[in-house]
Amino acid sequence: MAKQYETVIGLEVHVELATKTKIFCGCSTAFGGEPNTHTCPVCTGMPGSLPVLNKQVLEYAVAVGLATNCTITQYCKFDRKNYFYPDNPQNYQISQLYLPICRNGRVEIETESGKKYVGIHEIHMEEDAGKLIHDEWDDCSLVDYNRSGVPLIEIVSEPDMRSAEEVIAYLEKLRMIIQYLGASDCKLQEGSMRADVNLSIREVGANEFGTRTEMKNLNSFKAIARAIEGERERQIDLLEAGEKVIQETRRWDDNQGESYAMRSKEDAQDYRYFPDPDLVPIMLDDDFLDQIRAKQPEFREEKMLRYKEEFDIPEYDIQIITGSKHMADIFEETVALGSQPKKVSNWLMVETLRLLKENNMDPEDIRFSPENLAKLIFLTDAKAINSSVAKEVFEVMFDQNIDPEKYVEEKGLKTVNDEGALRKTVEEVIANNPQSVEDYRNGKEKAIGFLVGQTMKAMKGKADPGMVNKLLKELL
Amino acid sequence: MSILDMTACQLAAAIKNKEVTVLEATKAVLAQIHEKEERYHCYVTVDEEGALAQAEEIQKKIDAGILTGALAGVPVAIKDNMCTEGLLTTCSSKILNNFVPTFTSEAVLNLQKAGAVILGKTNMDEFAMGSTTETSAYGVTRNPWNTEHVPGGSSGGSAAAVAAKECFYALGSDTGGSIRQPASFCGVVGLKPTYGRVSRYGLIAYGSSLDQIGPLCKDVADCAAIMEVISTHDKKDSTSVLRQDTDFTSALVEDVKGMRIGIPRDYFGEGLDSEVRDAVLKAAEALREKGAVVEEFDLSLVEYAIPTYYTIAAAEASSNLERFDGIKYGFRAEDYEGLHDMYKKTRSQGFGPEVKRRIMLGSFVLSSGYYDAYYLKALRVKALIKKAFDEAFAKYDVILGPVAPTTAPELGKSLSDPIKMYLGDIYTISVNLAGLPGLSMPCGVDSKGLPIGLQLIGDCFNEKKLIQTAYTYEKIRGAFGRKEDR
Repeated sequence: MAKQYETVIGLEVHVELATKTKIFCGCSTAFGGEPNTHTCPVCTGMPGSLPVLNKQVLEYAVAVGLATNCTITQYCKFDRKNYFYPDNPQNYQISQLYLPICRNGRVEIETESGKKYVGIHEIHMEEDAGKLIHDEWDDCSLVDYNRSGVPLIEIVSEPDMRSAEEVIAYLEKLRMIIQYLGASDCKLQEGSMRADVNLSIREVGANEFGTRTEMKNLNSFKAIARAIEGERERQIDLLEAGEKVIQETRRWDDNQGESYAMRSKEDAQDYRYFPDPDLVPIMLDDDFLDQIRAKQPEFREEKMLRYKEEFDIPEYDIQIITGSKHMADIFEETVALGSQPKKVSNWLMVETLRLLKENNMDPEDIRFSPENLAKLIFLTDAKAINSSVAKEVFEVMFDQNIDPEKYVEEKGLKTVNDEGALRKTVEEVIANNPQSVEDYRNGKEKAIGFLVGQTMKAMKGKADPGMVNKLLKELL
Repeated sequence: MSILDMTACQLAAAIKNKEVTVLEATKAVLAQIHEKEERYHCYVTVDEEGALAQAEEIQKKIDAGILTGALAGVPVAIKDNMCTEGLLTTCSSKILNNFVPTFTSEAVLNLQKAGAVILGKTNMDEFAMGSTTETSAYGVTRNPWNTEHVPGGSSGGSAAAVAAKECFYALGSDTGGSIRQPASFCGVVGLKPTYGRVSRYGLIAYGSSLDQIGPLCKDVADCAAIMEVISTHDKKDSTSVLRQDTDFTSALVEDVKGMRIGIPRDYFGEGLDSEVRDAVLKAAEALREKGAVVEEFDLSLVEYAIPTYYTIAAAEASSNLERFDGIKYGFRAEDYEGLHDMYKKTRSQGFGPEVKRRIMLGSFVLSSGYYDAYYLKALRVKALIKKAFDEAFAKYDVILGPVAPTTAPELGKSLSDPIKMYLGDIYTISVNLAGLPGLSMPCGVDSKGLPIGLQLIGDCFNEKKLIQTAYTYEKIRGAFGRKEDR
């Protein structure tokens, strides 16, 4: 009988923090500036420059630590990790090895096989490197230091996960916590959240861990799941063939669906870590921790429970809406402005999700304000616009966050409720479409739909379809 | 009095009284540089044009009453490891042979705000690693007292420039004695402030936890005036400390009555030249006669200071100097194949032997498997040394001793035996390890006609007691200086 293998997975997750400025200087962290425009002597490693810690980085790191049940290191330090590479302007990265800011945490995840805890070994703060651009035409490499010094936290889990499903659940959990804290937008595709997978296999029932590999370059949940499956199989094949797994770092190529070795443990560099003498030790008193604790938001689980209590909306809607802090905020604020929860939820679940998907956007990118959504709902409730006009207005609002009241006014989109005017149009439509009238009178009920459509068209959509229907039936 | 013989404060007063213009003073010192540079080679870069332009600007501000400070209009020399915007800054290394900074170090900015005329950048041991200024990639500096001798180091160019009147005062940096020892060898006053007193922003780091910028000057009054200008809290330097006690000139008081002065027996043992010992003890005796309470004590741990220092400083240096890689600025080797070959050739050709030795030493002590045995142990000894000083300062206001075991050695005699050269730092490096202020001032001349230095060490942020003691001794000692160029 074939051997049964268990997959053992631990994750190193890098999260880019949402600070306005870099970790050790005042340069902007904004994405997409011209190369080397968000730089200064500090983040380009100029001789004589010195780092000064951005306090916001510390606050975010502690907030994430508290939310993941970590012990906060109240006397912590930064260390230098020494290695030569052109994207690293000082040839050392300021990171934490000896006294990381958070240790010994855990988060609860839920998969189809139930709930379990994933341990967090540590969370440390560090700076990001610059970006190398290889110009093959000119056969040279250029470096852009805009990313250099952007703050990161690295969350190192214990090897507690056993499947891709658990890994995804763990990542989703981290993402929710961090997004709810506002500490990062956690986008895998854009690189503001990056996960390296440490994976080994062992026979079911074994106590010892197998030799692990580290997988890099995983840019989506799909890629992570595929890489885990691929690496598990690769390692099983090796063991079954009587070979050994080599401890190494591998790079996942999602297009090929396979990985290749980057460097083995034998090539591992000695980073010669030591405490950075340019930065003073950080002493965090209980008051500081209490302040951060007091600022912790209502996290997703609590929010879901509350929604179930407070709002009469489907469980599925609650899941989707609370899946984004930003969307949940819009939902709650719109409801607070007097809109009916069910209606707000509908707009979010149907039109908003459709437009997000069409535009390839995340819920985090929603631009319209709760005030405007509330106004739109009010306009429809008051039958001032009909539902097709409302959808039209919503699309513009989604795109430009316009004020629907003003927009409807300016564009003359209000429903015509003047029965006299409507009656006149309906009479014209009846006069101009004798065939349809004939069909209807001969029992073809469906023909009335065409006549309604013609009337709406003549009214430029601004009529209440119910009223048109009623008038048609009356006049026919 | 001729302009060149004036101290910085005297010159500023003369400028204020319209007896001398800033331009006259600048031209006088530039003429001196022209005449003496070939002989002493104090400077890597002289910015003649810039100095003359600054002189005119500063004169206008003085005339308009905008600049009124005690140093307004006085020309200064800056050690070549402090960044100066638009002015070549080499650390006396080939690897920075074309490096022009985009910003000015905080200490130099403070001088500029006080109306200093920046004359140029002084020669030094490469990256401040050395005790003779012979490791410079741009030639040796000679001691103005005797050109066959070294000026000391690493701030040898700054000390020699003050002694040779090629500037009125200078800034140096001190990681293990690099201000105090050349001050001693060149017969000038030098002060290494308490760690954190002067911003390190813009100082190209050697050993970050030990480096401090400080003055080299003609007398104690200048020293106090310069300290008042450069001691500022700087948010750009995390190790900079906010202090209120920066009124150093208020300590220029001729009084040591009741001042408790401790003399560490450990500083007077084997290896100390007898002429140096006698001159230093004579100074102590003179202070006792003025009412100071002088007594001997055992400081302990002195023998561990050198290995501790060379472990910590080299470790930090090995990391600090990684950024010099030929990628972004500075020297790059010409022929190379690929990135790693470029790194290797650039650094092999760009750094001199003493710098390479310390990078290797530092890389070794930080290596995995050795970190605990060397680096961590050194940090523990450092803490013990600090504790020994804390205990001493519970009993004494000032610790008095020699600066160096000997007067300035002859050129070419030191580098062949680096261990011996390292041992020459024995009386200065504990001060850096403990973060204390240390002042060096001349207290005599040996039989070879070379100046002897006296060192006063104070507790953290107690520079004022050093200044008061030094000022009192200076009055007892009387005028000091070279008779003529030899």
